[in-house]
Amino acid sequence: MSGLPATKQAAAPVYLTASRARWRQFRLQWHVLSRNTLQKIAIVYIALLVLVAITAPYIAPHPESIKGTASAEEVLKAPSWHHLFGTDEFGRDIFSRVLYGARISLVASVITVFLSVTIGCIVGVVAAGMRGIIDDIIMRICDIFLSFPMIVLAIVIAAFWGSGLRNAVIALAITGWPFYARLIRGSAVSVRERPYVKAAHSIGASQRSVIFRHILPGSIGPVLTMASLDLGSIVLMLAAMSFLGVGAQPPLPEWGLMINQSRTYFLSAWWYMAFPGIAISLTVLAFNLLGDGLNEVLSPRTRGRA
Amino acid sequence: MATNDHLRIRDLSVGFKTFQHFEPVLDVWELHIEHGEAYGLVGESGAGKTVLALAILGLLRQPPARVTAAELTLEGEPLLAKSARELRELRGRRISMIFQDPMSALDPAFNVGNQLTEVIHQREGLDKSEAGARALELMRLVELPDPEMMLNKYPHQLSGGQRQRVIIALALACGAQLLIADEPTRNLDVTVQASVLKTIYKLRQELGVSLLFIANNLSLVSTMCDRVGILSKGRIVETGLVRDVVRTPLHPYTLDLLHAVPRREERLGDENQKVFAEVDSTISRCGHYARCDARGPACEGQDVLPLTFVSATHGVACPQVTASLAVYPAAASPTEAREELPTTPAGTGGGD
Amino acid sequence: MADSLLEMTDVKIYFPVRRAIFRRPTQFVKAVDGVTLALEVGDALGLVGESGSGKTTLVNGVTMLERLTSGSIAFQGRELKGLSKREQKHMRRSMQIVFQDPFWSLNPRWLVRDIVGEPARVHDRVRGDKYQNAVVEALEMVGMSRHDLFKYPHEFSGGMRQRIAIARALILRPRLVVLDEPTSAIDVLSQHQILLMLQDLKERLGLTFILVSHDLSVVGYLATKIAVMYCGQVVEYGVTGEVLGQPLHPYTEALLSSVPEIEDEGVDALGSLPGSVASAMDPPSGCRFHPRCEKAMEICTQKEPPKVERDGGHHAYCWLLKPEGNPRHCRAETEKTVGQG
Repeated sequence: MSGLPATKQAAAPVYLTASRARWRQFRLQWHVLSRNTLQKIAIVYIALLVLVAITAPYIAPHPESIKGTASAEEVLKAPSWHHLFGTDEFGRDIFSRVLYGARISLVASVITVFLSVTIGCIVGVVAAGMRGIIDDIIMRICDIFLSFPMIVLAIVIAAFWGSGLRNAVIALAITGWPFYARLIRGSAVSVRERPYVKAAHSIGASQRSVIFRHILPGSIGPVLTMASLDLGSIVLMLAAMSFLGVGAQPPLPEWGLMINQSRTYFLSAWWYMAFPGIAISLTVLAFNLLGDGLNEVLSPRTRGRA
Repeated sequence: MATNDHLRIRDLSVGFKTFQHFEPVLDVWELHIEHGEAYGLVGESGAGKTVLALAILGLLRQPPARVTAAELTLEGEPLLAKSARELRELRGRRISMIFQDPMSALDPAFNVGNQLTEVIHQREGLDKSEAGARALELMRLVELPDPEMMLNKYPHQLSGGQRQRVIIALALACGAQLLIADEPTRNLDVTVQASVLKTIYKLRQELGVSLLFIANNLSLVSTMCDRVGILSKGRIVETGLVRDVVRTPLHPYTLDLLHAVPRREERLGDENQKVFAEVDSTISRCGHYARCDARGPACEGQDVLPLTFVSATHGVACPQVTASLAVYPAAASPTEAREELPTTPAGTGGGD
Repeated sequence: MADSLLEMTDVKIYFPVRRAIFRRPTQFVKAVDGVTLALEVGDALGLVGESGSGKTTLVNGVTMLERLTSGSIAFQGRELKGLSKREQKHMRRSMQIVFQDPFWSLNPRWLVRDIVGEPARVHDRVRGDKYQNAVVEALEMVGMSRHDLFKYPHEFSGGMRQRIAIARALILRPRLVVLDEPTSAIDVLSQHQILLMLQDLKERLGLTFILVSHDLSVVGYLATKIAVMYCGQVVEYGVTGEVLGQPLHPYTEALLSSVPEIEDEGVDALGSLPGSVASAMDPPSGCRFHPRCEKAMEICTQKEPPKVERDGGHHAYCWLLKPEGNPRHCRAETEKTVGQG
């Protein structure tokens, strides 16, 4: 039996610019990311969500429903062609409100995670890079923060400063950064021992250069995975805070707030609670799947054999 | 000799399915190990040595791997036909493997004695105290110092050499008669390596186990083994008695390997660095084609290269060599590095 | 010794073992315990020893990656201790390291261009075309080309990656290059090519090498002088040919005989040592090698051996070499306190 058919290896292409080489890397990673069908669906969903968030004011069939009241006779109508998701107790179109809510949830969640990650990463890599007593102090501060349940802390801060979406976002960012600081510090501690970091030191690179050009990029993997998962959790937490009354305030069409307002009516008007609820669930699920995919992509590259 | 073989492989092919295509990794024309013999497999990283070991043990998941062979038998029993359960029975009882990195083969949460005893107790059916006694015996066999004390130690408390000995003990725990050692001394210091190699040698003498010794270093193999196979890009390019291959190497790759091994009391000569020309490696199936000085038109083509035996035991897979041998069967070969070949007529049949 | 490029005098590097947070450390890992060596321009010093010998720590001391506990190291006449950050950085131009692991010593997320060019960027602040040309020049020195600029390390084999690391070390034309086990992670054929290349570069660029290795044959190829280390100390030093051909110290002999040679047939040709490497935290009394030495005598357990010199600077630290090394004092049976390694 002859051997297996020899397949022709593509000759390695030569890249003339740095950007083209980086693009090729990105495409390879993308390929790994979108291998799984479920993940592909998740990516599509998120893309759609982003699209909706951007175009919400234009595509919502009843833009007046977003803030103000609509006609009084349309109150609590079941889903129909005219109102795809039905109406609420003020006669507002729930479909339009859910669409607009996507914008609120996404933007708020992205801002929150972005703030947490940025603050957390800087603090974390500095702690790992500086070692010694600075490391210890920073980590103890993080420990203090982390000993409180996150949502309780956020609620307390928000309640203290006054409710409102903006304060909720800030509160969540404040409670969230120590988690990332710890996370990236853990990763950075092993990265800083790697030969290429020692090599950078031996070349004479400054501490700052080593921390931000070598340690940070090397340790950010787990952070990115966590951040994408977090996007989903933050959507949920914002919704919870709004549900409890300390987050978004009426008349904002925030999903959690809508669920809160639907409590009184849900027995007779199931659509009021159902659709915002489904929106939250799907969004969180999609982000979780994305996070899993990112985890695969960002895992340390397998060592090639010599 | 056929009935004396512990392990016989003929025409074994292993390939892996990746996203884009199917990658052939191994193409072993012929490999056999007789009872009690030590066969050394030498090859560079990526040549497929570990893949071969895993294929023999049935540890490659098929897909993504695809393993086919005209013959892959252990004492006459075909291995590819066996079910997963039968293979599990085999491993440890009849074939065992010693891995490169002892830390990854030992569970850090249990002490060493525990791990040994557990294996013996589970597989041999001895009760705990009998298993414990046997574990102690094994520790002595692998020349671990202070075996009673060692039983209670955890892997991280042992030195590299000691851990490797524990692995060897584990491999022998259930009486395996064929041992596959995958670069067992790679991460060890030289003096410790020498000591572990001596232990393995002694075990062979005492227990009569056959050994497939995988290394990337021809000198290791020449001290430990009776016969050797040189593996290049998944194909065995030369095989024979160690003495023959080392003294009268035939394949250009073997010649290069021997030349490249640093010899202790030599200095680097005034040779120039090789400039490897950019050669399309798909022209020929020979893995050495791109780096070979002696390549020629006979090397092109996609047919599998068979091993041609120039003596009962010494075989080579190289069209250039076979061509020159066929024409000059008994005279000294053209290149200075080859001495007078044995006068047995060069044949083109596979011999055993 | 006007030509002395590097002088190490009684270098000691100890690492404290912290028992409690606020108490003074009582125990130290004596990684390097009194090493005196000198290097001249054009030398290639082979530092040989097994794990735990202190060779890597010593070299880290030379390249200012570790601080000395005591002793001094002078590079190009300047004492390395007490240099300001800026002076240290300036020193680093002239001494570069090639690390052992050809994969992890290059940042896997960086392009080859940036990896090789980092020293130029850090020291000379070169940018743009000048930067790229400098990188290409360095790559061509190691047999690579401008086509490799925009690739990632994982696209290359081990031997090629090591070449990239060497290019990075040479881009600023240093005077001293430290090679830490440069070929241990590479296959034999590539090893040979790299060694040839290193020798060529050394001659062309007038470099001085420190070659750290546990592989005596590799050292034998490139090094002009060899220092054998055991447990933080130099036990033998001399010109390569002499150390390898007529070793003075039993440890050197053991190292030499435990390396398998192609011509050897059978395991009996291999020598080996009982026991494992002595602990640097709690070294044996007297001569640190005595628990593993076949020829150990009474005096070896009591006093540290003196330096005994032969011609041409070849010396070793061993009681056996002294006339007082009287066979009558030989211990009939060395107590093997630590079993086989």
